[in-house]
Amino acid sequence: MAFSQEDLAIMETIIKRYPRPRSAIMPLLHFVQSRAGYVTNEGIELIAQQLDLAAAEVTAVSTFYTQYKPTPVGEYHVGVCTNTLCAIMGGDAIMDALKDHLGIENDGVTADGKVSLEHIECNAACDYAPVVMANWEFYDNQSVQSAKDLVDSMRAGNPKPPTRGPNTLVTWKQASEVLAGLNDGRANEGVQAGGPTLLGLKIAKGETK
Amino acid sequence: MTKLTPVLSAHWDEKDSFTIEGYKRHGGYNASAKALAMNPDAVIQLVKDSGLRGRGGAGFPTGMKWGFIPQGDNKDHYLVVNADESEPGTCKDMPLLMANPHVLIEGCIIACHAIRAKHAFIYIRGEVTHVARRLNQAIEDAYKAGLLGNGIDVVLHIGAGAYICGEETALLDSLEGFRGQPRLRPPFPAIAGLYARPTVVNNVESIASVPAIIANGAEWYQSMGTEKSKGATLYSLSGHVNNPGQFEAPLGITLREILELSGGIRTGHTLKFWTPGGSSTPLFTAEHLDVPLDYEGVSAAGSMLGTKALQIFDETTCVVRAVLRWTEFYKHESCGKCTPCREGTWWLVQLLRDLEAGKGTEADLAKLLDLCDNIMGRSFCALGDGATSPITSSIKYFRDEYIAHITHGGCPFDPVASTLFAGAGA
Repeated sequence: MAFSQEDLAIMETIIKRYPRPRSAIMPLLHFVQSRAGYVTNEGIELIAQQLDLAAAEVTAVSTFYTQYKPTPVGEYHVGVCTNTLCAIMGGDAIMDALKDHLGIENDGVTADGKVSLEHIECNAACDYAPVVMANWEFYDNQSVQSAKDLVDSMRAGNPKPPTRGPNTLVTWKQASEVLAGLNDGRANEGVQAGGPTLLGLKIAKGETK
Repeated sequence: MTKLTPVLSAHWDEKDSFTIEGYKRHGGYNASAKALAMNPDAVIQLVKDSGLRGRGGAGFPTGMKWGFIPQGDNKDHYLVVNADESEPGTCKDMPLLMANPHVLIEGCIIACHAIRAKHAFIYIRGEVTHVARRLNQAIEDAYKAGLLGNGIDVVLHIGAGAYICGEETALLDSLEGFRGQPRLRPPFPAIAGLYARPTVVNNVESIASVPAIIANGAEWYQSMGTEKSKGATLYSLSGHVNNPGQFEAPLGITLREILELSGGIRTGHTLKFWTPGGSSTPLFTAEHLDVPLDYEGVSAAGSMLGTKALQIFDETTCVVRAVLRWTEFYKHESCGKCTPCREGTWWLVQLLRDLEAGKGTEADLAKLLDLCDNIMGRSFCALGDGATSPITSSIKYFRDEYIAHITHGGCPFDPVASTLFAGAGA
């Protein structure tokens, strides 16, 4: 795919956020994923050109970070936390069940291109374990069945909404745009906090029991 | 009677707590107005007097860190906020930013004024789309309200999935557009940080604690906590408990007290082991229920307060499985810069995999400890040290369980029993 003139203008504004252009590599890589779906060679070349770097320098950065994908992922990229706490609370069982249910392995993509699967590390939501992420939105307190239902809803083209996130799940490309630092106008959607986040406050206010 | 003291979390139960209107309703941005009218040195002194210490794990006094920035040097200074929360078990900064991003922005304004910086960068981990959205919107709204852009700019920088970038010098390299690998210190960031300029790197919760300190004074903050660990902080309870969640309490509260307040260990089960501050802090057991959870108390008991991530595991949990999984994490996240960590974590994983599968020997336990000895204190940054903590502490308290895997020829535990949905028909 080619990047449009408008895309190039957006990339310029990303670079201008920083005192030194090179700092923009990471948001630019997220931006490339928002247009191409993954980090393409064309995207690497373009970033290198815009920042006056060798393509190898951009590639070196891209390959260090696991969120930059060298090959296409699904429209909905599902991450199952299998770090110790989530794994023990059910993450391992969820991961095994999803592999079986989708017929793909870790880092695999379904043939229809809808869902990809990755085991992920701690996602800072341990009080909601076991946690599943989709396009890096929170799906809290999952079970084997709820996780299967979630991926089924994605394949049916009507994904269930995140537990703590926007009213509807955005696509991988749309999420990548947010991670490039662009505002999609959906910050006010969704809850301000989930139950566990508020538990201490409620106890302090005598609002429990 | 409750020992809880919601300050940061005081208004999280209001549906619009994350908006600028919701924040201003409770005096938001009054503290930054007050601070901007003060002499910067007086702001630093006030934060020093409050006794606030870094909430990212190390517990370094925040005011002292600010005081290290050389003044009158005609160089740009930078504030960098570490929002790359990814230490396993740690889950305080993300809910804080989702519920109230403005308190961090107000803290940034105050800190920038104090250290004479015109630029703050917030480095947030990349795997949290909605939190990034909220923070981005909050920054935009602060600009529209004229709170930013008048000499102080805040830039949101979103990471891309590398635990090591939580290490402050790796974070700086990452922010400069390189692979996130730690730097040799000295020079420390206070002298040569971002773009080789004097830089303060603080955790989200540390900076977010500053507005209340400015508003209420150092004495108020000093009135909470223990002798050397002042103030209140967020404790994150997770795992095999009836009610996990965030608990804001004065430093020095004990796990027993938090469990009593929250509803205890999973009904019908008993506490086996727990982390006081994330997976890099040596494990505790039921004998540590009354350890005061402040910097000194936890340290005296052989661990570290860390991020106050209280991960609770009951008797259904296999400690070897738990430790193997953490070790696989450290192996995966090792940046590869230094040999002890890069090679050592691979060896640790291989030995632990054998042990968990019942293919290990007692000599492997000695080898594990020897490897840990060669990683601890010999690697470039704290990642290597952290990787050894679960191993050495679990062998100390649960050696018999490692042996049981060897004699049993495999894991004697049923993994289903430890899941959240055990007994619920999955």
